[in-house]
Amino acid sequence: MKALGYALGLPAALVAAWWVASDGSTNVFLPPLRTIVEAFRDVWFSDTFVRDVVPSLWRLAAGYAIALAAGVVLGFVIGRWAAPRALTGPLLAYFRVLPAPVLIPVLLVAVGIGDTTKLVVITVGAVWPILLNTADGVRAADEVGLQCAAAYRLPRRTRHLLVLRGASPQIFAGARQALGLSIILMVVSEMLMSTDGLGFTVVQFQRSFAIPQMWSGVLLIGLLGFGLAKLFELVERRALRWHRGHTGQLTERP
Amino acid sequence: MGLAGAATAYEILARLFFDPAHVPPLSAVVPEALRLLTGERFWTATGRTLAAVAVGLVIALAAGILAGFALGSVPQVRRATSSTLDFLRPVPSIVLIPVLVLVLDVRQITVLLVAVSCFWIVVFQVLYGLRDVDRVAVETARAFRLGRLARIVHVTWPTVLPYLGTALRLIVSVALALALTGGLVMGAAGLGEMIWSSQESGESTGMYALVLLTGGLGIGLDQLARLAERRLLHWHVATRREALA
Repeated sequence: MKALGYALGLPAALVAAWWVASDGSTNVFLPPLRTIVEAFRDVWFSDTFVRDVVPSLWRLAAGYAIALAAGVVLGFVIGRWAAPRALTGPLLAYFRVLPAPVLIPVLLVAVGIGDTTKLVVITVGAVWPILLNTADGVRAADEVGLQCAAAYRLPRRTRHLLVLRGASPQIFAGARQALGLSIILMVVSEMLMSTDGLGFTVVQFQRSFAIPQMWSGVLLIGLLGFGLAKLFELVERRALRWHRGHTGQLTERP
Repeated sequence: MGLAGAATAYEILARLFFDPAHVPPLSAVVPEALRLLTGERFWTATGRTLAAVAVGLVIALAAGILAGFALGSVPQVRRATSSTLDFLRPVPSIVLIPVLVLVLDVRQITVLLVAVSCFWIVVFQVLYGLRDVDRVAVETARAFRLGRLARIVHVTWPTVLPYLGTALRLIVSVALALALTGGLVMGAAGLGEMIWSSQESGESTGMYALVLLTGGLGIGLDQLARLAERRLLHWHVATRREALA
């Protein structure tokens, strides 16, 4: 009960403060929270949801899924064997530091405008953290465990799975980073080149000075980011339960 | 060798499957990049982007360290704020663009974007660091009657510093990415804007050259951050071991 109070106290106070402080606001750019909430209901609980939010979410999900699959597979290959690692080393070092939004204009020219481009932008941007973390995690596989598996003459497939499992905490770290990145890339790519989607709608509202509607879109993107991060945390906690027990994180530290 | 292989593969793919107007071969991009390096325009744009990065980073570091210490030092405050921080952190900072565009000019927004995103990373690293402070060391310092300030300087700060080193490495690349995004989305003067305008005017070779150089800039900044981290933490066990090896 007390924990719940701690968790909800400040957010409730902040929202209340925003509500009260903005209630009589006549500033065009800072409309009252009441108006924003009303706009939120009007805009997003209508067919706009189907037209703009669903395509956004679909692109995000598809792009992220492809990035996840490709990142884990490539990262595994690069981390497990020395030859691909040596071959790709300098290239990876380069793409690790290349800022992902820069890829948008490049892909715009190379792939053209359209749904595929946004998908490719999200995928190409999000794949690096996953790939690099997977490669690092696979490389850091427990030597003794591997020798043990070899001594028991475990089949090759099982040994690969063993390595992958050992690398999974790092894969999750990369995947979490990639999730935040892919939301950003989704919004930016829609702001720059789109006719539908969340980012496009928000920019459209802003350009037509529909300020409460714009604020509601900003709130929605914020909530989306938060919701997805929480969902990810849930999945991670499930998948890595063995790991937390293993490293003693299950017992709460004082 | 890997680099040469990748370059050759790219060259072949670009020549075989793509129109040079869309994906120019490397043999055209590299000379263009060299030409840009000698011109003045590239350096002014880079200077502007780096200025936004630097100002944003300084703000983020100062505000983040202060806020981190203020929030992390008092257990009640930390408990009361943790849910709010958890809520605010995953909110992508670019949602601010449409809001801020109405009130500030694009250069200020770019700096603000950089500062906000990096701020969160710094705050959370400081909070992690504070959680790691050795209780025995704190109690010892107390027994020696060290004041609050002296305890912070001699016990807490050295514990937090490695976490800040990590934060530094992370925020440098984030800052560059956001400074470029500011240019791409809002046309704030700098490298991002230069890339976008060369895309719009169809100079794809120039754009590829700029992207190539941007990657180089990223590598430079990354090396700088690593150097700074090593300098800052020259006394730390991990760094000393690295130096021995």
